[in-house]
Amino acid sequence: MKPLDGNAAAGQLRTIFAVDVTAATGRCAGCGRTAPLGAAQSYQQAPGIVLRCPGCDAVLLRVVAGPDRTWLDGRGLAYLQFDTPAS
Amino acid sequence: MAAVSEVRVETATARTLVLDVPGWPGHDAGQHVDVRLTAPDGYTAVRSYSIASVVAEHGAPTVGPGASTITDGDRIEITVEPVVDGEVSSYLAGVAAAGDELEVRGPIGGWFAWRPAQTEPVQLIGGGSGVVPLMAMVRARTAAASSAPFRLLYSTRRPQSVIYRSELERRAADGLPFTLVYTRSAPPGWARPPGRIDAALLAATTFAPDEAPTCYVCGPTPFVEAVADQLLAAGHDPGRVRTERFGGQS
Repeated sequence: MKPLDGNAAAGQLRTIFAVDVTAATGRCAGCGRTAPLGAAQSYQQAPGIVLRCPGCDAVLLRVVAGPDRTWLDGRGLAYLQFDTPAS
Repeated sequence: MAAVSEVRVETATARTLVLDVPGWPGHDAGQHVDVRLTAPDGYTAVRSYSIASVVAEHGAPTVGPGASTITDGDRIEITVEPVVDGEVSSYLAGVAAAGDELEVRGPIGGWFAWRPAQTEPVQLIGGGSGVVPLMAMVRARTAAASSAPFRLLYSTRRPQSVIYRSELERRAADGLPFTLVYTRSAPPGWARPPGRIDAALLAATTFAPDEAPTCYVCGPTPFVEAVADQLLAAGHDPGRVRTERFGGQS
């Protein structure tokens, strides 16, 4: 099964986060690699979305949306860093 | 909600839909929209489509090459190539007509995007309908009167499947370095026999690693992986190779 890029998960993530996290830098809790989430590998054939580290394939983020609730599992991310422009 | 205001035929299979989206906030070249279709029984399907058009900046040229694709504030264009058994693409590319309403969310994605503040060389490499967001970047460069050096390498199956052919040929005549690659069949007399992009072609037609271009690669997953691997093998900085894959998702 071929993965997409994190970009493909951007629409779903935009419903959760107030900012565009595909441009945010994430650090993999597994291997320590840092990269934009847009560069992660995105698997969308499951009931939810799985983002995996492009370096070590570890799961970074999982999002499962049901009819009336959404689960967000981010334990594979050591951190997320995003720009917060002065408003 | 968005309304289809116009449909343009691009190739035998691909069409451009012009969408009126009231309150559209503007977008960067390379961003996409999610289109949601809902069946009468409530079943929904969502797919992402790259935005092909550029929203006019205040004072941007509204005449000249590509001006027809510089849209006003509430109007965007998407170009859709149907995929086999595609629930959404087959409707958009084959059935949708002026007056139809679509649920559109966006703009989405800030990573696979080009902004006029970027001044470094830009290498665009597209496979099939992966040319769509790259076309938006070329149009945005013109709209912003940017002098960033751009090059476009576009791989497609056969002469009939070239999207935006007349505009690309015009831009090539105007100075855009543009290389077309055919993978299945080429016109008579075409210099390069049909075949995939390889290291020799990349070396001959694209910015070299020491020119430090930002590379945007868009297309089907196997295409993107093959090209990205070749760029890295040639010595391009992984941080400067941005990819957007179209998946097996239909």
